[in-house]
Amino acid sequence: MTNFAHIAFYLAGAVAVLATVLAITRLVAVHALLYLIVSLLAVAVDFYIMGAPLLAALEVIIYAGAIVVLFVFVVMMLNLGTQARETERLWLTGRAWIGPAILSALLLAELIYLILRPPLLGSLSGVTSPKQIAIALYGPYVLGVELASMLLLGALVGACHLGRSSLSETEVQR
Amino acid sequence: MTAIPMADGLILGAILFSLGLAGLLLRRNLLFILVSIEIMLNGAGVAFVAAGSRWGQPDGEVLFLFILAAAAAEVSVGLALLLRYFHRRQTLDAESMSETRG
Amino acid sequence: MLRLLWLVPALPFASSLVLALVRLPRRAVAWIATSSIAASTIISLLVAGSFLSTPPAAFAYTEALWRWFDAGSLHPEIALYLDPLSLIMMVVVAFVSFLIHLYSTEFMSGDDGYNRFFAYMNLFVASMLTLVLADNLLLLYLGWEGVGLCSYLLIGFWYRDSDNGRAGRKAFIVTRVGDTALMIGLFLLFHRLGTLNIQELMRRASEQWPIGSSAALAAALLLLGGAIGKSAQLPLQTWLPDAMAGPTPVSALIHAATMVTAGVYLIARTHVLYALAPQAQFAVAVIGAATLLMAGFSALTQHDLKRVLAYSTISQIGYMFLALGVGAWPAAIFHFMTHAFFKALLFLGAGIVIKSLNDEHDIFRMGGLRKHLPVAFWTFLIAGCSLAGLPLITAGAFSKDWILWGAYGAANGSTGLWVAALTGVLLTSLYTFRMIFLVFFGEQHSQVTYRPGNAMLIPCLVLAFLSIVGGYMKAPFASFLGTSLPWNSKVGAIPIGETASGGIAAAVFFLGVYLAYVLFLRKPNLTMAVASSRAGRVLHSLWSSDWAMDWLYDRLFVRPLVWLANSGKSDLIDGFYSGVAWLNKTAWRGASRTQSGRLRWYAAGIAAGSIVLIAVVLFL
Repeated sequence: MTNFAHIAFYLAGAVAVLATVLAITRLVAVHALLYLIVSLLAVAVDFYIMGAPLLAALEVIIYAGAIVVLFVFVVMMLNLGTQARETERLWLTGRAWIGPAILSALLLAELIYLILRPPLLGSLSGVTSPKQIAIALYGPYVLGVELASMLLLGALVGACHLGRSSLSETEVQR
Repeated sequence: MTAIPMADGLILGAILFSLGLAGLLLRRNLLFILVSIEIMLNGAGVAFVAAGSRWGQPDGEVLFLFILAAAAAEVSVGLALLLRYFHRRQTLDAESMSETRG
Repeated sequence: MLRLLWLVPALPFASSLVLALVRLPRRAVAWIATSSIAASTIISLLVAGSFLSTPPAAFAYTEALWRWFDAGSLHPEIALYLDPLSLIMMVVVAFVSFLIHLYSTEFMSGDDGYNRFFAYMNLFVASMLTLVLADNLLLLYLGWEGVGLCSYLLIGFWYRDSDNGRAGRKAFIVTRVGDTALMIGLFLLFHRLGTLNIQELMRRASEQWPIGSSAALAAALLLLGGAIGKSAQLPLQTWLPDAMAGPTPVSALIHAATMVTAGVYLIARTHVLYALAPQAQFAVAVIGAATLLMAGFSALTQHDLKRVLAYSTISQIGYMFLALGVGAWPAAIFHFMTHAFFKALLFLGAGIVIKSLNDEHDIFRMGGLRKHLPVAFWTFLIAGCSLAGLPLITAGAFSKDWILWGAYGAANGSTGLWVAALTGVLLTSLYTFRMIFLVFFGEQHSQVTYRPGNAMLIPCLVLAFLSIVGGYMKAPFASFLGTSLPWNSKVGAIPIGETASGGIAAAVFFLGVYLAYVLFLRKPNLTMAVASSRAGRVLHSLWSSDWAMDWLYDRLFVRPLVWLANSGKSDLIDGFYSGVAWLNKTAWRGASRTQSGRLRWYAAGIAAGSIVLIAVVLFL
C-alpha cells in the first residue's frame, strides 16, 4: 500500500505537470480546458494521498466541476471558430516563449532552492478528517469564513451586473 | 515505510505555480490568462495542503478552501468582464487594451 | 483747518484701494475716482486758504501722523510738511489731477480696463501728494517710487501690445538708474548727518559742511542723479518719448504736468545742499541748458503728435533745471506751475485730436481741424502760445522770461546760459507752431469721427483760462514763495535789464512763429528741400532719433549685458542645475515608459520583482 501510494503520488504529480504544460500551450480553448481538468483531477489524487480526502472531493466538484464548466460556458458563448486558432498560432511564435520561460524558470529554481534547503524536513503523513476542518472553519477561522462569504456575494452582484445583456455600454462606463 | 517527503509536495506546488506564471506571461488571449491564474492558485493550494499534511493540522486545508472561494469569485467576475470586453471589441487580445498607458 | 492736511493724500489712496478691490459699475468707478480727487483738491484749497490767512510760525507747518519704524538711530515719521513750496506743489498737483480725472472719465469710456485705469491714477495722485508733502526723505522716496510704479503701470496700460509693455519697462529701468543714485544719496546723507528729516538735514548740512566740501558735492550730485532720472533730463531722458505709449490722460498727468517735475521739486526742496556745492549746482544748470536745446531740436523732427509734446516736456523741464542751476529758485517753481497748466492742456487737446481722428498720431496726416474742433483748436492755440511764450498775455511767457532773466541775472547766471535759453525760445516757438500749423491749418487729410463731450471740454477750458491768468500771479507768487525759497541774486552789475531780456525773447518768439509759418504752411517745398539735402538728412535722422541716444545705450549697455548673460548661460553652476533637471527628466521618461498600459508587461514586472525579492532574501 505504501509503495503503491508513493508511486501513485509521483505518477499523479507527473500527470498534473504534463497536463498543465499541455493546457497552457493549446491553441484551442476547449482543448486547454480539458487538459486543465486532467491536471485538476491529478492534483485531486495527490490531495487524497496527502491525507486530505475532503479537499480531493472539493477539487473535483468545485474546481473541475464548477469553475472549469464556467469557462466552457464562456467559450461556448464566445463562439470563436477556426479563425481564433490561426490567431493563436500567430501569437505563439518562438520568440514569445523566451521571456516567460526565463522568468518562470528563474522563479522555479529559486522556489526549489528555498524548499530543499536543509532545515525543511518532515514527511506528508497527517490525515485530517472533514470534522476537524469544519471545527477549525467555525472556530478560529470564522472571521475568514464571513469575509469569504462577503467576497462571494460581491462577486455574485458584480457578475450579475456585468452580465446583464440589456445593459448599454454607457451605463457600464458610468 | 518511508513517507513522501514534504519537499516533494511543495515542489509540485512550485512547478504548477511556475507553469501558471509562464502561461500568464505567454498567452495574449484573455481566456488563457484567466486559465493560467487558476493554475497558479491551484499550485498555491497544493503547497498549503502539503504543509497542512506535514503537521497534521486542518489549517492548511482551511486556507485551501479560502483560495477556492477567492478563485470562484475571481473567475466569475473575470469572465463577466471578458464577455463584455469581447462584445465591445470583438477580440480577446490583451495587447489591444492599453488605455492606461502613462 | 491745517489739521485736515493728511486727508489730501489719504483720500486718493483710499479710493484707489476701493477701486482696486471692489468690482463696481463704470459710473460708480468714475464717480468715486473723480470725487475723491475733487475732495482732495477742495481740502488742499481750504488748507491753502487757512495757511495764507493765518500763516503758522516760520511759514511752515508739520503734521506728524505716526512713527513709521525704529531701526537703530533711524526713526522716520509719517509726517507731512507744509511750507509755501510744498503748498504750491500740492495745490497744483491736486487741481490738475482733478481736471485730468474728469477728462479721463470720457476719454477712457470705451476701454475695458476702466476700473484698473482709475485705480492706478488715484494711486498715482496719492503717491505724488505723499512725495510733495513728505517731511523726511524716506517718505519722499516712498512717494517717489510710488509714482514710478504707477508710471510703469500706466505706460504699459494697454499691455496686450508688447511694444507698450516694452516702453513701460524701459521707463522703469531707466528711471531706476536715477533712483539708485538717489538711494545711495540718502544713505550718504544719513551716514554723515544722522537724520533724514529734510529741515533738520538742511540745518545740519549748513552747520557741518563748509561751502564746496566734497561730502556736500557727492550728496548733491547723487540727488541730482535721482532728479534727472525722474525728470527725463540728459542723459536719462530716453524713456519719456517712449512713455507716450500710455493713454493720453496719463501722458498729460504723469509725463507732463506732475511726476516728471518731481526732480525739480527734489532739488528745490534740498536747495541748501546745492548752495553748499556750487559745482553740483552748476552741473544742474548745464544739464538743463543742454537738455532744453537737444530736446528742442528733436521736437522739430517728430511726426507723432504726442512725441513732439514729449520732447517739448523734456525741453521745458530743462528750463526748470536751468533756473534751479542758476539759483532762480522761484522761477523754476513758477515755470513748473504754468507748465503744468499749459502742457496738461496741450496733451488734453492732443487727446481730443487723436480720439477724433480715430487714433491717428501722425501730424502730417492731420490738418485743417480748425473748423471741425473749434474748442480744441482755441484751447490748443492758447496753450501753444503759452508754451512758446506769447509775451504779455500768456502765463508761459511770464515764467519763461523770468527764467531767461535768471539765466543772466541770478547768482550763477552767465551769458552762455542766457544765449542757450534764448535759442531754446526760438526752437520752442518753431516746433510749437509747426505742430499747430500742421494739425489745425492747411488741408484736411483725415475725417473727424468723434466729437468730444463736456467732460473733455470743460477741463480744457479751465486750463486755458489758467494758462493765461496764471502769469499775472507772478508778483504775489514771488513774495509768497520767497519765504521758503529765496531768489539768489547776482553780485555785481548786470549788463542787461529784465525788461530788455523779455523784449529780446518776445522778438525771438515772433521770429520763430514767422519761420514756422514760412517753413510749414507757406512753402513746405522749401522745408522738404532743406530736409532732403545731405546735411539735412543727417541732422534729421540724428534729431528724430533723439541724438541717437537709444542707439548709443543699446551698444554701450544693453548688448554687452545680453552678451554677458548669454555667455554665462552654460557655465558650471548652470550646468549642474540643468544636469539635475536632465536627470529628473530622464528618470521621468524611463518611469513613464514602464506605464505602457499592457497587462502582460505589468504581470512580467510583478514576476521579475518577486524573483528579485526572493533572491535578496535567499542570497543576501
